[in-house]
Amino acid sequence: MEQINKIYGINGPVVTIKGASGLSMMEMVHVGREHLVGEVIRITDSATTIQVYEDTGGLKFGDPVYGAGAPLSVTLGPGILDNIFDGIERPLKAIEAKSGAFVERGAEVSSLDEERLWELTLTAKTGDYLHSGEVYATCPETSVIEHRCMVPNGLEGKVTHAAPNGKYKVNDTVLKLKDKDGVEHELSLCQKWPIRSPRPINQRLYANIPLITGQRVIDTLFPIAKGGTAAVPGGFGTGKTMTQHQIAKWCDADIIVYVGCGERGNEMSQVLEEFSALIDPKSGRPMTDRTTLIANTSNMPVAAREASIYTGVTLAEYYRDMGYHVAIMADSTSRWAEALREISGRLEEMPAEEGFPAYLPSRLSEFYERAGLVEALNGSQGSVSIIGAVSPQGSDFSEPVTQNTKRFTRCFWALDKALAYARHYPAINWMSSYSEYTGDLSDWYAANAGADFMDCRKQIIQVLNEESKLMEIVKLIGADVLPDDQKLIIEIAKVIRIGFLQQNAFHKDDTYVPIKKQLGMMKAILHLYKAAQGIVARGVPISKVTETGLFEKLVKIKYDVPNEKLALLDDYPAEIDKSLEEL
Amino acid sequence: MIFEYKGVKDISGSIIALDNVENASFEEMVEIRLDNGGSRRGRIVQIEGNRAIIQVFEGTSGLSLSNSRTRLEGKPMELPLSKELLGRVFNGVGEPIDGLGRIYPKASRNINGTAINPVSRVYPRNYISTGVSSVDTLVTLIRGQKLPIFSGSGMKHNELAVQIVRQAKIAEEEGAGFAVVFAAMGVKNDVADYFRRSFEESGVLQRVVMYLNLANDPIIERILTPRCALTAAEYLAFEHNMHILVIMTDMTAYAEACREFSSSKGEIPGRKGFPGYLYSDLASLYERAGMIKGAEGSVTQLPILTMPNDDITHPVPDLTGYITEGQIVLERSLEGAGIYPPVAILPSLSRLMKDGIGEGYTREDHAPLSNQLFASYAKVQDARSLASVIGEEELSQSDKQYLEFGRQFEARFLAQGMEESRSMESSLDLGWQLISALPREELDRIDNALLDKYYVKA
Repeated sequence: MEQINKIYGINGPVVTIKGASGLSMMEMVHVGREHLVGEVIRITDSATTIQVYEDTGGLKFGDPVYGAGAPLSVTLGPGILDNIFDGIERPLKAIEAKSGAFVERGAEVSSLDEERLWELTLTAKTGDYLHSGEVYATCPETSVIEHRCMVPNGLEGKVTHAAPNGKYKVNDTVLKLKDKDGVEHELSLCQKWPIRSPRPINQRLYANIPLITGQRVIDTLFPIAKGGTAAVPGGFGTGKTMTQHQIAKWCDADIIVYVGCGERGNEMSQVLEEFSALIDPKSGRPMTDRTTLIANTSNMPVAAREASIYTGVTLAEYYRDMGYHVAIMADSTSRWAEALREISGRLEEMPAEEGFPAYLPSRLSEFYERAGLVEALNGSQGSVSIIGAVSPQGSDFSEPVTQNTKRFTRCFWALDKALAYARHYPAINWMSSYSEYTGDLSDWYAANAGADFMDCRKQIIQVLNEESKLMEIVKLIGADVLPDDQKLIIEIAKVIRIGFLQQNAFHKDDTYVPIKKQLGMMKAILHLYKAAQGIVARGVPISKVTETGLFEKLVKIKYDVPNEKLALLDDYPAEIDKSLEEL
Repeated sequence: MIFEYKGVKDISGSIIALDNVENASFEEMVEIRLDNGGSRRGRIVQIEGNRAIIQVFEGTSGLSLSNSRTRLEGKPMELPLSKELLGRVFNGVGEPIDGLGRIYPKASRNINGTAINPVSRVYPRNYISTGVSSVDTLVTLIRGQKLPIFSGSGMKHNELAVQIVRQAKIAEEEGAGFAVVFAAMGVKNDVADYFRRSFEESGVLQRVVMYLNLANDPIIERILTPRCALTAAEYLAFEHNMHILVIMTDMTAYAEACREFSSSKGEIPGRKGFPGYLYSDLASLYERAGMIKGAEGSVTQLPILTMPNDDITHPVPDLTGYITEGQIVLERSLEGAGIYPPVAILPSLSRLMKDGIGEGYTREDHAPLSNQLFASYAKVQDARSLASVIGEEELSQSDKQYLEFGRQFEARFLAQGMEESRSMESSLDLGWQLISALPREELDRIDNALLDKYYVKA
């Protein structure tokens, strides 16, 4: 007989049961009469501790706790895309239909729409032998993404029954599989997966294809690979969310998982609105067709915030296994770390740095390590790229979350307050940011963007470095006393900063810039630099060169050359030469 | 059946513990009656078996282990609500203190509220014209936004808040009601009085609900004050379709009350002794701003907080900035230079303005112009720091122009009278007038078409 456990203590989102409970670690439980969802986080012989994902007000000593018999899991199947969930995969639209504009507790709604019919094509037939991860059926989940139903992990066997093609609901049995012990398993369109365990793969692959974002400072200076990890740290108001939105909108991943973890409600409604209004240039369909949103706003329960990150990455891995490139935006991982701290505090664990639990680094690394370009069990290739925003306390990058994230991510796009104050967006500081992928990706750039791409990039970085050294002098004595060749560096760096690095997300051409245009812009700027260097060396004063108006002209390339007329870029070198010759 | 429990087990700060309690539920309200006739209220904050830990709102002085009887009320703290709230004054826990007696409740709500479902939110787009140039042009306030004022002790944040209330043309065109909910947390008596008088003078007092927890009132009530205010605001906005502006001052005092309470409970402190859950706690207040589908009204928040030692990285402004949709930062050096309102525009920001301004909302040149003003003013700062090293005489021609622009900008654009209300149109025109003191080539944030139209040639 199942033992009924009773609540002993309640402290915020943490509930304890006295005595041996028979529950297992990380098991999902339903707490109290309203069946609030929770998870077992500590077991001793005298007590079991549960974190509850909903508001615990009104719970009583002695209320029942029911074990679900399985760890906290998400349902994976068609209907995940073009949908918005809370931190434990409850669809917010269904909750709205049930309880109105305010989220009520204990809302029991199934993750995926159980009534919706999917146009299913069975790819397996009776007699086939299927292994774990192999695809047995497909259906168009949205107009751009084909959903592939895969045999759940740990299961393999001979198909004894395959339903005919047709319309099915998520829970309909469409395939029967007999394993080697002769047990028959029924497969529907969906499966469950515990959010805290990574989904198995065949092998990791060398990540050498960039995730093209159309953002110049990222693609050119600090690129990220498909299957890579990046951290976007920045104080408030530096544009973390804007940067994440831009990447989500324009990057060339097949699927976007956007996790709003402890962020603003209005921001989520903006994402919803913008993404459904935004037409994806590649498919001509709304962005939402390839996006799933996980919204756990800052006033929603803190424990569900902790889970939302794992829910997001599990959904991403599921689509990766189908052979898609998935990019996950986590905004913000600091809120997640704070949720860890809050729960750890309630458990009265010994705190490490700044009150964060000592296991913060290991949790962070577990999360970021779920990224990667992989060969899935069924042999297809897919990737999960993780881009995590970090909100350092007091904009101080030496705090534990930023420092530990830095250790486990390979791109670091440091957002800078001074740049944001001057409304230089994206405010990615080119001196303190880095990407470890540059070497891995250089072959791809050489083959696909242009053989001289990496060389141009290097020269651009050199100019910026020299400028930063010169600026220290300028700050002390003013720019007027510098010799002309150094003034030229400052002028060119200004063109690079304003004309190239700064990018206008609200301009129709500048919001996304193809890699060829990025190269063309760099070449034009470097051409002016070389030519002007020659002129200045001949003794022509720099003021004459600036009077030509070439610098302003190059700054405006981003607006003057539309993305579909890149041929216009070829005119710039000739024009530069002509103007300068007159001197 | 209602039990009364005689005596208490433990008293520590404002926390008492009760043993052998039957049927207590988490966050339930209790009433504690003292043998000498007094009565206090409290809330269950922790349950351990049949022991309940209770937070007493009015403090525990005078309580002994045996001189009280405690009764469980069987429900969480609820606020009685009706449209009659308007024009009334309450204490921090929602009890009337204006001598007009209790209100007749039409509804009562749990003061903790529940989270707005993100899919039910309406993305805020309508701007509120405040008549203050720096706010309207550069940090536009949007209906449904939460935009705090970061200030310091002794600066004119209260005046600015009052001016915004007086001049905010929030709802005139739609005929929906406009009201102010005012929550004072740990403010001085004369500050509360200043607000009351100002509301009276501007004739909005009948449309104001006040929740006052003054500096000498119990800190536990201070934790409940903003929750009461926001519950009232939500009720008026979403049930009665009114546009509500919530002014909460001072959030720093609120956070300090949380810290005091947390340490008396023996919790593990986070940064500067504030509880580790301060972010979640503040978010549970700020996130109650917004608009929802199916209701005409809106809740706009204008929290005021004083930054201890003018330090913007202090946990309270820092966490607030991460939750709210921007901030209006006041600066002491501007205040010292006699500029009112002393808005430091560079760190100020309105996150929602980008979608609420421009053609169809304000004017097509609004976004580029405000961008340009920000960018140019940032250069003014560079020129100033250079001038302080090498002297103004040594500066280049262009730097000198920036210095002059900076002076004019502060004297004519930022500074304005407390009673002076400028229309959006005139603020934008003023901006163009000032920016035109700079050479046209320097204006790299504005495209040529707009420059042709608005740039004022010398």
